[in-house]
Amino acid sequence: MEQMVMNKLSYPILSTIIFLPVIGALILTLINRSRESLIKWVALIFAVATFFLSIPLFTQFDKSTYKMQFVERHNWIPVWNIEYFLGVDGISVLLVLLTTVSSILCILISWNSIKIKVKEFYMAILLTCGAIAGVFSSLDFFLFYIFWEAMLIPMYLIIGVWGGPNRIYATIKFILYTLVGSVLMLVGILYVYFYAGRTFDILKLTALTYPYNIQFWLFWAFFAAFAVKVPMFPVHTWLPDAHTEAPTAGSVILAAILIKMGAYGFLRFSIPLFPDATRAMVPAMLTLSVIAIIYAGLVCLVQKDLKRLIAYSSVSHMGFITMGIFALNMQGIEGGILQMINHGVVTGALFMCVGVIYDRTHSRQIADYGGLATHMPIYAGFFMVFTLAAVGLPGTNGFIGEFLTLLGGFTANKLVGVLAATGVIIGAGYMLILYQKVFFMKVNPKVIGLPDMDLREMVALTPLILFVLWIGVYPVQFLDFMHPSVQHLLERVSVTNIAEETNIARVFMEVIR
Amino acid sequence: MKYYLLIPFLPLAAFVINILFGRGLIRDKAHWISCLTIIGSFIASIITGIDVINGKIINEDLYTWIVAGKFSVSVGFLIDPLTAVMLFVVTGVGSLIFIYSIGYMHGDKGYYRFFSYLSLFIFFMLMLIMSNNFIQLYLGWEGVGLCSYFLIGFWYEKKAAADAGKKAFITNRFGDFGFALGVFMIFLTFGSVHYIPVFSEVKNIVGQTVNILGYEVNLITLIALLLFCGAVGKSAQIPLHVWLPDAMEGPTPVSALIHAATMVTAGVFMVARCNAIFNLSQVAMNVVAIVGGVTSLFAATIAVAQNDIKRVIAYSTLSHLGMMFLACGVGAYAAGVFHLYTHAFFKALLFLAAGSVIHAVGHNDIQRMGGLRKYMPITYLTMFVAALSAGGIPGLAGFFSKDEIIWSAFASGSLVGKFVWVLVTAVAFFTPFYSFRMIFLAFHGKFRGTHHEEHHLHESPPVMTIPLIFLALGAIGVGWVGIPEILGGGAHFAEFLKPVLGHPEFHGTHAQEWGIMGLSTTIAISGIIIAAIFYLMKTYIPIKLAQQLSPIYRLLFNKYYVDELYHHILIRPILWVSTRFIEGITDAKIIEGIVNGVPKTIGRFAVILRKIQSGVTQHYAIFMAAGVFILVALILW
Repeated sequence: MEQMVMNKLSYPILSTIIFLPVIGALILTLINRSRESLIKWVALIFAVATFFLSIPLFTQFDKSTYKMQFVERHNWIPVWNIEYFLGVDGISVLLVLLTTVSSILCILISWNSIKIKVKEFYMAILLTCGAIAGVFSSLDFFLFYIFWEAMLIPMYLIIGVWGGPNRIYATIKFILYTLVGSVLMLVGILYVYFYAGRTFDILKLTALTYPYNIQFWLFWAFFAAFAVKVPMFPVHTWLPDAHTEAPTAGSVILAAILIKMGAYGFLRFSIPLFPDATRAMVPAMLTLSVIAIIYAGLVCLVQKDLKRLIAYSSVSHMGFITMGIFALNMQGIEGGILQMINHGVVTGALFMCVGVIYDRTHSRQIADYGGLATHMPIYAGFFMVFTLAAVGLPGTNGFIGEFLTLLGGFTANKLVGVLAATGVIIGAGYMLILYQKVFFMKVNPKVIGLPDMDLREMVALTPLILFVLWIGVYPVQFLDFMHPSVQHLLERVSVTNIAEETNIARVFMEVIR
Repeated sequence: MKYYLLIPFLPLAAFVINILFGRGLIRDKAHWISCLTIIGSFIASIITGIDVINGKIINEDLYTWIVAGKFSVSVGFLIDPLTAVMLFVVTGVGSLIFIYSIGYMHGDKGYYRFFSYLSLFIFFMLMLIMSNNFIQLYLGWEGVGLCSYFLIGFWYEKKAAADAGKKAFITNRFGDFGFALGVFMIFLTFGSVHYIPVFSEVKNIVGQTVNILGYEVNLITLIALLLFCGAVGKSAQIPLHVWLPDAMEGPTPVSALIHAATMVTAGVFMVARCNAIFNLSQVAMNVVAIVGGVTSLFAATIAVAQNDIKRVIAYSTLSHLGMMFLACGVGAYAAGVFHLYTHAFFKALLFLAAGSVIHAVGHNDIQRMGGLRKYMPITYLTMFVAALSAGGIPGLAGFFSKDEIIWSAFASGSLVGKFVWVLVTAVAFFTPFYSFRMIFLAFHGKFRGTHHEEHHLHESPPVMTIPLIFLALGAIGVGWVGIPEILGGGAHFAEFLKPVLGHPEFHGTHAQEWGIMGLSTTIAISGIIIAAIFYLMKTYIPIKLAQQLSPIYRLLFNKYYVDELYHHILIRPILWVSTRFIEGITDAKIIEGIVNGVPKTIGRFAVILRKIQSGVTQHYAIFMAAGVFILVALILW
């Protein structure tokens, strides 16, 4: 096979990353629920083991090719041509790594804050992370869809069981939004399956040419699924509610990896499957991105709830990512992918930071804080680093991603670049206002006597600081992963690939016969 | 060995060590590592400077920083005469201010934090001036802004301090917005963001235009003006000047280092660095000159009516920065950089002396000082020297650089040049006037504070006064490297910078040069004399004037109401739109209305459908019959 490089490691690395957490979850079922400490440790050990076993993805990855690597391929349901087909390229490999890192952090940060149904909680975390890793590494559409939907179940439980007071509303909203999107995508998947002569092989499907009218409709069908996940304006309103009500670990999963699935979907499916529709839709996509950047940024300026503010800032940051992706040039897409990692690190970290303080005071209201820098100086330092990364200060990872996406957006369309760049001013505004109200000024009596961060919390957050600086100072190491894959993607989208017009209904009629 | 790398990375090491171990281990010894490293940087700068004087220019990349497609940028260093001058100023004046801070910050609970931030600041400042490309310049640019934010808000429990820090950062972001767009345009135009390729190719794009919203705009003008936006923010020129006076909430050594000697001059440095671009756009040059000239006079008039000793000096800084831009705008970059260099000494000295006063008195209000000279003679003398130098009294450093600017403006031969010459000549009166107003009010006459305060008056410790003395020597003598030819000097400073900054054409005779110099000197001396009459002899005059010209006085006292203007036309509308319109209507009503509305409608529909499921067999039979009927009808059709 010329399109891929089989896995040469002594173990099936991608399957391990997906299923080791699942095995961990199964083992947890065997443990008596009263032994909470053991449960946590087992969960942690499985997460850490998964992470260590995923390291070869970083070290052994061949950065000189766009081909799929570490490929595992087996027949699964031959009647339907469904395969068990996994592999990663420069677009997905870092996201898989981000997933394995995130699962460790989620477990560490929940250590003391989850008090009920402890066993089920850690099972849900492990299962979610395994399923998301599956989403990022599936090369069979059917398999992909299974992971895509499977991930929802544990996530639904994490918010619905361990969430805040308004959690039921938030979960229903979250599930309805994503299901509506997913159903449309399912129709699209089935369509291309039949169109291509019954194959779910993503590599084959993305090499075909489709008639323009089909590209157009299917682009929007997939868009529905991915735009909700990103989330793009105007289908973003589930995110603030989900974030606000989710427990800290839930917010971290949401921010760090779950919403990346949407942006990843654009890169893996929408653009290569429907290159001509993509090109035609660029103005619409860029417009929506810019609206998200500015609109969500302005909403952040007046938020009174810590988690809601960071949730809206996510919407704004994801706007930079979609702008970069649909700029359809090297700077924009590579910046977008890097910014996906950055956003995972930084916003994940910010939610963890909020969790640290929420565990102590059980308040998310900004007004309940003030002068924290005096009482929790270490915490203030950690929070400051992530704030700076969020506002894209040069030297942090946020700068590299934001700069490249802006450069890409500006190259694609000057007006888009200019408008999006105002988001950088707004971003500085809301983050510094937040920081001032929480950490500076007079000490709020409510925060007197709060203990500073403990060792566990520092262990959870320090690696993220290292990532912030590592990517900020030496981003080439990460960008190098992407060059061939992004180049390949751009080659696909830069030429016309229109097949002859077909009647949309015809293919479905064949199915019915 | 690349010993020049020590220059930025020594202070970075000091920051890392102090911030990690300062709170637990180092505590009140934090100054040792910070001071020793900056002195190390100073020594390395001197060695590097000597190399540059001997004709060695360094332009080296350390490593590739960012690559994406055709975009590629390195972390790299360019050390030429312009950099050498900046290195001398930053590490030299910086060292003295670091040492002074040991005394000034003694006993503060954030002592280690203070020195950490100072070291970090110096690191970013050095990265800024040593960069060989625009992106690393931007790194330093934002980095110094960050440290400025930390240090202005150093006493963060005070709301005013926290507000001022935030204001500085966000105001600067407005400028950086333009700057970033300028860098994007540079990349799109030249395919590179490194200085050397850009500056060498810029002449090939003369006359090219770019379409912006239907207007054809000259490409070079556009790039130059976008870059200048950044300078306007960083160097606090109109209309983004509002953050600098508020920045005085920070500890005084910070004001001296960041808000006088180094960071705020980064804008001037950047314009001078990009002279190859600016020179090719007369429009951009005129904008730079006019913004500089207007800011200079604008700020000087405000300084006259301020009573906070640090704010007087802050407005003076605005005014001097304006002069530097004015010089750049008329093509006399070397004169601008020369003033940057002398200004660093006398302005740092003014601030540090003011800090010494505040240290003794305990507040900033010059109306409640007076007679301090007998308590603190060294502070008095050094501040006096600084004021003379700032006021442009012949023989002192400030005189030579200011004279150079005034002459360049006059001799540039353009109409704009003449216009800004008028402005800067007016400024030549105000500068000595407000400087000596401050000195006479603070040091002469009787002490007007409380008895308790008077009891505490004392001269500052040697660790503070010795840097003052060194700076005073600088305020007197550093200008002697640039004595103009008609005074028998060799104008070595401009000669040294000529390979980088070129030399403007002068249209004027020696007689005119003498005349201009005589005029501005006379005006400067008259400024001192009038200040002496007002504040030493007939002290009722200023009070009466303030009453009679009350509207003007209030306008000046309230800084032309610019802050209030911004509050009403910018901040409040944005917050209003965000709260009422976006969050309140679009997000909460429209989008959420649809999101919650669709399921509700489906729900209502379901209620109706449920009624069909009545459980009565006859009803089902009727539905079945109807169904069959319709199917049959369809088939037969």
